[in-house]
Amino acid sequence: MARVISLLVNDTPSKVDADARSSLLSILREQLELTGTKYGCGEGQCGACTVLIDGVAHRSCLTPAADAEGKAITTIEGLAKNGRLHPLQEAFLAEEAMQCAYCASGMIMSAVGLLQTDANPTESKIKDSLEGNVCRCGTHPRIVAAVQRAARIMKGGTS
Amino acid sequence: MNEHATVSLSIEPERYELREARAYVFELTRRDLFKFLGAGALFFCANTKTIALQESGRGQRRGDDMPKDIGAWLHIGEDGKITVFTGKVEVGQNIRTSLAQAVAEELHAPVSQIELVMGDTLLTPYDMGTFGSRTTPTMNLQLRKVSAAACDLLKDIAAKNWSIERDRLAAANGKIVDPISKNSATYGELLKGREIAQIIPDQDPLLPATEWRVAGKSLAKADGRDFVTGVHKYPSDQKLPGMLYGKVVRPSKFQATLISADTTAAEKMPGVIVVRDGDFIGVAAPSEEIASQAAAAIKTEWKAEPQPSSKNIFDYLRKNPERRESTNSPADQGAQATVRGSGQQLLATYTVEYIAHAPLEPRAALAEWEGDKLTVWTGTQRPFGVREELAAAFHIPQESVHVLMPDTGSAYGGKHTGETAIEAARLARAAKKPVKVVWTRKEEFTWAYFRPAGVIDIRASVDSSGRLEHWEFTNFNSGGSGLNTPYAAEVRNEKFQPTKYPLRQGSYRGLAATANHFARESFMDELAHQAKMDPLEFRRKNLKDERLRAVLEAAAKKFGWPGVKKSSEQGFGIAGGFEKGGYVATCAEVTVDRSSGSVRVARLVTAFECGAIVNPDGLRNQVEGANIMGLGGALFEAIEFEDGRILNAAFSKYRVPRFKDVPAIETVLIDRKDLPSAGAGETPIVGVAPAIGNAIFNATGVRLRSLPMVPNGLRIS
Repeated sequence: MARVISLLVNDTPSKVDADARSSLLSILREQLELTGTKYGCGEGQCGACTVLIDGVAHRSCLTPAADAEGKAITTIEGLAKNGRLHPLQEAFLAEEAMQCAYCASGMIMSAVGLLQTDANPTESKIKDSLEGNVCRCGTHPRIVAAVQRAARIMKGGTS
Repeated sequence: MNEHATVSLSIEPERYELREARAYVFELTRRDLFKFLGAGALFFCANTKTIALQESGRGQRRGDDMPKDIGAWLHIGEDGKITVFTGKVEVGQNIRTSLAQAVAEELHAPVSQIELVMGDTLLTPYDMGTFGSRTTPTMNLQLRKVSAAACDLLKDIAAKNWSIERDRLAAANGKIVDPISKNSATYGELLKGREIAQIIPDQDPLLPATEWRVAGKSLAKADGRDFVTGVHKYPSDQKLPGMLYGKVVRPSKFQATLISADTTAAEKMPGVIVVRDGDFIGVAAPSEEIASQAAAAIKTEWKAEPQPSSKNIFDYLRKNPERRESTNSPADQGAQATVRGSGQQLLATYTVEYIAHAPLEPRAALAEWEGDKLTVWTGTQRPFGVREELAAAFHIPQESVHVLMPDTGSAYGGKHTGETAIEAARLARAAKKPVKVVWTRKEEFTWAYFRPAGVIDIRASVDSSGRLEHWEFTNFNSGGSGLNTPYAAEVRNEKFQPTKYPLRQGSYRGLAATANHFARESFMDELAHQAKMDPLEFRRKNLKDERLRAVLEAAAKKFGWPGVKKSSEQGFGIAGGFEKGGYVATCAEVTVDRSSGSVRVARLVTAFECGAIVNPDGLRNQVEGANIMGLGGALFEAIEFEDGRILNAAFSKYRVPRFKDVPAIETVLIDRKDLPSAGAGETPIVGVAPAIGNAIFNATGVRLRSLPMVPNGLRIS
């Protein structure tokens, strides 16, 4: 049965209806109208639905919304602060790391999660950590370059 | 020998989906139907000839031509905002950007003032669809002509306003300027919001590519910021007040007919509407989750005939030719030609499995009825085609249907059709509320269409000097694109043999050019090996086409052909070809682990030439993307099916290229400013598979003649 749960998404508290099976993805998209988080497969295989929960990248399609209650959820819409893009968003633009861009929010959120645990990842570690994110347009080399660029920006260096 | 005559312009031979019967024949209700007929419905029948001949323009309303008045394509607001209208659509190939560059160039206006309205059947001129790499050669050119004509008109207005000679006026940065009086006026001020009813002159001298300032330079994706912030609304993100979520109950197998359905449980669920109309059965509900539960609660019984399986697909294709036989070899010496000549003969058979497009955004549509008027937002490469499908499905005139196409999460030739549009519209009609249908990944892998499987037989002979004498090439089912060899054989016999086929099949990036190039360029490698010649040298010897020679040499140079092996596990391969006005050559380096059989593609070098380059970085992005997509079909992508069911309809079972599969990719672009710009989204894919296969042979001596080549690793006997 549906019950009301409280979610903290992008620093904004809200109450939503969810039953035990409701995925965080469907709640974000249908009730909170945060459609930047995408559906791609529903089985945690493509990464399009990636969000941060307490700073850690999670597949929102496999995460019951109820499990995220009381935790800080960040979606792609909450990444820019005061109109200023996150360095990863800047880097995706600078490297033109997208074509249709449907994978971009999941890629960016996964990479934000990576850079929070490793500020200076090797190319091989970037590929490892994004292995679960699918880009069908084939912008992979640009995405790797964008993550490297963002890492440089976040360390305070020049892009 | 005419080596260019086969470049396909507007007809895609494998557009099988156009021949299929409608998926659903709706009866609606008698009352609905009578109401429509009573309203004096107009039925527009698709005239195939017309569609084949013309690609853009309001053909069905106003003759076969594209609209000739500037105002149909371009509007300039009083605030100077330039709105451009085109029926082409954006699916990630970034034509929203490259078309804006074309307008900016000829109109002498900043790109920032230009906005494109794309794929909106109410606002944009008729367009057959976005496919065949036709946007750049046709729409880019059309919009350049429109913009040049608009610029001339603006000068006329300024000259009249200022009572001076028109010829001394210049256009720059969205203004007409008189260099003598220093008078200037913005385009907005000159037009004052008026429509430009002027006719586009037939001959308007366009700027040569050597003088381009905006086009010819890299420009970032239009509205890029909206895509990295999650602001952009894709078709699956669309929402309307009161909207319901739709779900269709799928048959147990392909070609199945509905025997019975028990909808009682679903109908009892709160807020759920169940629709049954012929073989269509679906639900609409207040949330996606409830819709899924309701659809799952419907018990159905289906009946279907036994169907072929992927295990015996090639045998099936060969044994089931259709009477319709299309031979499109310009140098065809007749089907009776037999291999002759003094040289050594070689024959081989190549095969290609069915593969899926798997666009990351599955098919999606939101439909809303207002009375008998239907509006649908959907991701499709053919919004006007979807309008036709909807009009036919609901027995209403096309004027009553409005299709809009928000920039979509990719397509690759896989979204020519309007399945979700029809499903959403049928449910919305019953629910009397807007309904959105988004296919699950499983539905996308099952109920979309596939790149056709195929069998290709080749037989050829080479004389003692290494020249091709005879070339015989037959493609069963996969299609005619790229069928004709660019090499100069004395006798050629090339044909495409349509067959019966078990899966819904249609266009895919590059169409059959991938299959045909895989077979041809692998076989050229086999012939070179037999003739004991270097594969590049063998191609050069048999090649007359200078543009193909140029890309082969450019790729070889960048790659360092023939290369020096660092270990016996390494191998190098080369392949080339042309299609849709673009010339490509790819060199591959592979490493094969002999104990595990694993094949790693370490490096791909691609040289590409498509005339004058419009957006170099955009082009580079497309070439890189084609390489990576091509890698999947070359190595491991294959749809497995059995008796009318797909067995691997999930990303966990259908392997697509991922980060660790991606090799070092190097791209060489040859910018031919003396040639018209051709499209580029497709052709760079065709050299990938044969280059990799040839490299595997070079490393191991094992010739792989089936795509995908190593779905389970390489078995070295």
